[in-house]
Amino acid sequence: MQTHQYDAVIVGAGGAGLMAALYASRGVKVAVISKLYPTRSHTGAAQGGIGAALGNLEEDHPEWHAFDTVKGGDYLSDQDAALRLAEEAVSAVIELEHLGLPFDRTPDGRISQRRFGGHTSGFGGQPVRRACHAADRTGHMILQTLYQQCIKNDVMFFDEYHVIDLIRTANGVAGVVAVNIDDGELHVFHSKAVLFATGGWGRVWEITSNALTLTGDGTALTYRRGVPMQDMEFFQFHPTGLYPMGILITEAVRGEGGVLLNDRGERFMERYAPSIKDLASRDVVARAIYLEVREGRGIKGKRYVHLDVTPETVNRYLAEAGESRRITAEYVEEKLPDILDFTRTYLGVDPVKEPMPVQPTAHYGMGGIPTDLEGRVIMDAQRTPLPGLYAAGECACVSVHGANRLGTNSLTDLIVFGRAAGKHMVEYCANTGLESLPDDAGHEAEAGLEHIRQSSGSRKPYQIRSEMQQVMMDHVSVFRTAEGIQDALDKVRTLKDQWQNDLSIDDRGKRFNSDLLEAWELGCMLDIAEVTAVSALAREESRGAHSREDFPKRDDEKWMVHTLAYPTNDGGVRLNHDKKVDMTLAEKDPRFKPKERVY
Amino acid sequence: MRAILRIRRFNPEQDSKPYWGEYTLEDIQPTDRVLDLLNRVKWEQDGTLVYRRSCAHGICGSDGMRINGVNRLACKVLAKGLTDGDGDAHVQIEPMLGMKVLKDLIVDMEPFFAHYRAVLPYFVNDTPAPADGRERLQSPEDRAVFDDTTKCILCACCTTSCPSFWANGEYVGPAAIVQAHRFIFDSRDVAADKRLEVLAEPDGVWRCRTIFNCTNACPRDIEITRAIGEVKLATRRGAEKQREAMRKEHAK
Repeated sequence: MQTHQYDAVIVGAGGAGLMAALYASRGVKVAVISKLYPTRSHTGAAQGGIGAALGNLEEDHPEWHAFDTVKGGDYLSDQDAALRLAEEAVSAVIELEHLGLPFDRTPDGRISQRRFGGHTSGFGGQPVRRACHAADRTGHMILQTLYQQCIKNDVMFFDEYHVIDLIRTANGVAGVVAVNIDDGELHVFHSKAVLFATGGWGRVWEITSNALTLTGDGTALTYRRGVPMQDMEFFQFHPTGLYPMGILITEAVRGEGGVLLNDRGERFMERYAPSIKDLASRDVVARAIYLEVREGRGIKGKRYVHLDVTPETVNRYLAEAGESRRITAEYVEEKLPDILDFTRTYLGVDPVKEPMPVQPTAHYGMGGIPTDLEGRVIMDAQRTPLPGLYAAGECACVSVHGANRLGTNSLTDLIVFGRAAGKHMVEYCANTGLESLPDDAGHEAEAGLEHIRQSSGSRKPYQIRSEMQQVMMDHVSVFRTAEGIQDALDKVRTLKDQWQNDLSIDDRGKRFNSDLLEAWELGCMLDIAEVTAVSALAREESRGAHSREDFPKRDDEKWMVHTLAYPTNDGGVRLNHDKKVDMTLAEKDPRFKPKERVY
Repeated sequence: MRAILRIRRFNPEQDSKPYWGEYTLEDIQPTDRVLDLLNRVKWEQDGTLVYRRSCAHGICGSDGMRINGVNRLACKVLAKGLTDGDGDAHVQIEPMLGMKVLKDLIVDMEPFFAHYRAVLPYFVNDTPAPADGRERLQSPEDRAVFDDTTKCILCACCTTSCPSFWANGEYVGPAAIVQAHRFIFDSRDVAADKRLEVLAEPDGVWRCRTIFNCTNACPRDIEITRAIGEVKLATRRGAEKQREAMRKEHAK
């Protein structure tokens, strides 16, 4: 087992990891470890925009952005985090521009902005243009720009190294264990600080916008080392995944004027969100689509609706709304080129001429590894940090998104809090020595891999995986009941047992053994599925993305608290609900106090 | 429908040379992607088969490979486009050419990324940022000049379909030139001359013989051969003049 020594190790090379790396590399010796080449990270799939109250096209303020974030999160967002996000978004986006990011431009040369779901002016008023964008490949541009700047700064990359364990010590952390995917050798990375930026876990569900690689590795492996998972019951279903595969169709389609229509050709969002209609927040729109389908108004009775951005339809509704703006086919081509490419490639549907078929798709984990505003991982309701451990991006939970994330806030989150974590790591490393490496560092991870490599049971990884995805989709998705969640939990626990005791893989070799590593990832997803179900079963209310049909009301008396889930010694899950939601803003301004969400 | 796949296999731990593996899949959908077919072979029939993949919808660039003789992303080719008279999909899959095969469809990407790094693929501007703390201004016209090349996902489909690159792996290749183009023609960047120096070297742009394989292979529809031509012109007349000419061209 080879050993490497760095001040700081960053696991994951998406937007959060690279932003943290860029900052950390200015002060300390950093290694970035990724199971992919960095440019393959899923940040590159983000389409529509990054939210920041630049006010380039109309009046906007960080306070309005913070309000929308808190309301969008159904009042479970920590308000100190929402304020930090909204305030720092402005300088963070300007910084990206200074790093070379090619944003689209306004006629006077400023960063262009457009509408997005839940973005309003004046604390919940009319839609406002806050999403800064580069066509419909904003995430691609962010990922490329940050990777380019890391190359310029000579950041050390370990590409295609798969991190499989965190080395804990009595006081904190001492590094990570990784497999070099190429030759299968294990490497120990000995460091003062470790940052996880490993992204999401949408692959726990059957229909998802997420990459095949989004298996929640960082969140699961820190959990196994005693770090809680926070708010895992809140998982966002994006309203518009391409039917039937779930590929993301950005909210920017609706931001540019696109409308959702049911089988009768009705613009049904008028009934669910009379004020901002198709631009309501994602949980609201996803539920509306489910209800339309359930009531038999899916297109041709199937499980999808139409998203229509043809100029004819858009202009008709713009005229009806009294807006002077009109769009053309050329405009749609220019603003949404990738969306057009997806639908033409996969379905033969041309969105400038006909509507796109869409369905809700598993998209984003609001929960994850709990952190404070500096990206430090915290261990309990008292927010006690674990020295040297950091997390940022989707795998982390600040918690800024609360019960439902607003569109464009994922990119804002990873830039703002990736930057904060990178800065703090430099400070931390300057004042801290290396913890000595435990003698058995890496041994447990190695034994775990060998157990899978030699497995000769009756169940293939894909069988277990697809059964997990199916049951999570059926019972722990947009709408939930105690009975359904319990069914899912029982099933997931059975599958976990099969994974442990009755698995079989084909490849027993060392080199590029993705059979082995996919099976290992499946173990992570099973842990996440279990914690998600346990957390969802306990929360007896409906809030944001967590919609319980047996508890349809939000219960602010009892549930203005975060969920912390810990692993127990006997392989179970222990929940703690002592962590209260931060109400910094509401204490000063009554507009931030929880109230009914109406869009 | 049915899919019949021939996949080039090679495991250096066991095989002295590559061979063809043959697989049949029943009940596939016409809209299945080649990546879906590969996944089914791996998951249901032979877990030892390896290939790179991530996003599965054409924007991460992981699964570039040679499909029926042409470089494509496996997640952007549908089974229904690969049928012949008998209604079955016939799919032949090989690793991309011109790079060392590490196992099955996985090639060594390091030389490719070394060429990428050689052209200074990052924004350079050491002049002070605007005093008001805001963005550097750029007109939509200046932004449009390099829009096409910002779409590159570094999948390597272009470079590994280029005969000039096959003949000489020292040639930086189309992908690296595309990356250089993206910065050379960005009105905010100040390092165009340094990049053009690199590209004027013998292994730079002039190894391009305008064969158009790169443009045909690009899964993002980037007009790569045109971009290379614009870089060639810039090595002669300077980036500034070439940018001006392109701006006029765009304005038409």
